[in-house]
Amino acid sequence: MKSLRFIVSRMLQSVPVLFGVSIVTFLLMIATPGDPIRLLVGVRASEETIALIRDRYGLDDPILSQYFTYLGNLLQGDLGASLRFKVPVSDLVGQFYPVTLFLVVYSIILILPPVVVLSVWSAKRPNGLADQVIRVLGVMGLAIPVFWMALLLARFFGVTLGWFPVSGFGDTFIEHLHHLFLPALSTAIWVIPILTRNLRSALLDEMNRDYVLAGMSKGLGEAQVFRTHVFPNSVLPTLNLFAVIVAYLLGGSVIVETVYAVPGMGKLMVDSILARDYFVVQGATLVFALTTIVVMLAVDLISGLIDPRINT
Amino acid sequence: MKMSPMFLWGAGLVALWGVIALAAPMLATHDPYAIDFEALLQAPSAQHFFGTDNVGRDTFSRVIYGARLALYIGILGVIAPMLIGMAIGLTAGYFGGWVDSIAMRVVDVAVPFPFFVLVLSIVAVLGPGIENYFIALALVGWVGYARLARAEAIVLRSSEFVMAARTMGFSHPYILFRHVLPNALSPVVVYMMTDVTLVILFGAALGFLGMGVAPPAAEWGVMISEGQIYISTAWWISFFPGLAMVLIGVGFALMGDGLAKMLRIER
Repeated sequence: MKSLRFIVSRMLQSVPVLFGVSIVTFLLMIATPGDPIRLLVGVRASEETIALIRDRYGLDDPILSQYFTYLGNLLQGDLGASLRFKVPVSDLVGQFYPVTLFLVVYSIILILPPVVVLSVWSAKRPNGLADQVIRVLGVMGLAIPVFWMALLLARFFGVTLGWFPVSGFGDTFIEHLHHLFLPALSTAIWVIPILTRNLRSALLDEMNRDYVLAGMSKGLGEAQVFRTHVFPNSVLPTLNLFAVIVAYLLGGSVIVETVYAVPGMGKLMVDSILARDYFVVQGATLVFALTTIVVMLAVDLISGLIDPRINT
Repeated sequence: MKMSPMFLWGAGLVALWGVIALAAPMLATHDPYAIDFEALLQAPSAQHFFGTDNVGRDTFSRVIYGARLALYIGILGVIAPMLIGMAIGLTAGYFGGWVDSIAMRVVDVAVPFPFFVLVLSIVAVLGPGIENYFIALALVGWVGYARLARAEAIVLRSSEFVMAARTMGFSHPYILFRHVLPNALSPVVVYMMTDVTLVILFGAALGFLGMGVAPPAAEWGVMISEGQIYISTAWWISFFPGLAMVLIGVGFALMGDGLAKMLRIER
């Protein structure tokens, strides 16, 4: 009962954020120079057509009611239409979004094993070799431009060694894995140091707790205390960072998808900016923000259910 | 205060880049914009240290001149977000109440947007160019500073010396400026070092995507993008500007880390 109340109240907290996000994307549209409808229908469209569409999107109303029209359309899944493809933006999202989602999940799968290994290794020997390696990686990771790294990886593993394709997405699941390996790796390299640092300091904090000493004095092995008590307790703080990481990965996907010509939301967004296809840009921005909100919510719910101290 | 070696290394690296940027005309071996059809796509040599690009421009000279743009973007780009973020964060944290509530709701809304995506869509609306990048940063980048400054101000608000200043009858603005601000500064400065790296990185990413500094400028992101189609034959066009970015970014990141250690700031 208590956890149900926690879930509901946490979900309600997202509502104002959702409103805020829709206001931001609405403002992006308002600030767009020129008449988007004229761009949408072309120069030869009749005045009636334009009037019809202006009415549809409520563009002649006061700003506040324009916003509510926009919000109403959003709630019905109407994100406007693409000038370039002449289809609803929601169709494009349905087509491009799964690719980006695939890329993000793939990156996360590549990120987790090295993060766990490196952080456990360095936490067990503070200031040892692993610690130094991670410190160097952390500083480098922050400074390496993702698009440059992506280019170098494509050149070396794609062109020189010929192990991986350097563009596209493929048709089957195995081909997806093959095509997206380098893009996923390019973003992963950036995120691994950040997560490792975090998990490492959480592990160090937990290892100095009294229960570790108590466990060992009861005769448990160090390895067992670590596995069954220290590690699970250290995962929570890192889990909280996860939403931030997903936001990073989504931002990175914009660049990486462009370098590798992966047909995902990021590439769609960049191409649409260059083609002045504003409804798509706005729709993509909104979808990216919604994804982060959902992940944030999921992380909060999961940590609340794992750790009863949080859900009060 | 004991100097951290990390800070010294970082500061040295950044100072080196500063010298390179200032002395660019002396260090460059060629005119960074001079087109030379006699020397297209040449590999690195004694004549052209980093080779030449597809219109025969000298990559070494272009990388040297690129340091000017990178430092200009990185340092100028963090000033407005820092000032706005400090103002909002300190006011919100110090006064609390509805001021704080409003500021924090705005922050909540900014958080779900991937930073680069939001910068990109603002630049898309305003049009490409470095000035619009600065505007986008001012609109979005203050959030991180505001959160830090607010957290500091909340602690300082109930500290003894602020209480003492209140009892002595000093006004709120005076206390904010003379007592809260200086004491809240160190985590903000540490964050700023990392932020410079990111601002340089995102600026170059915009240049790479064709939405930042316009070609033919000797800007590292633009150069990497120009070398992209030649990557399998003339790797040096893209490689060296990227390496320069790593070295400048490492400089600021080391300064930030070292400073955090010296000031004992948890990160």
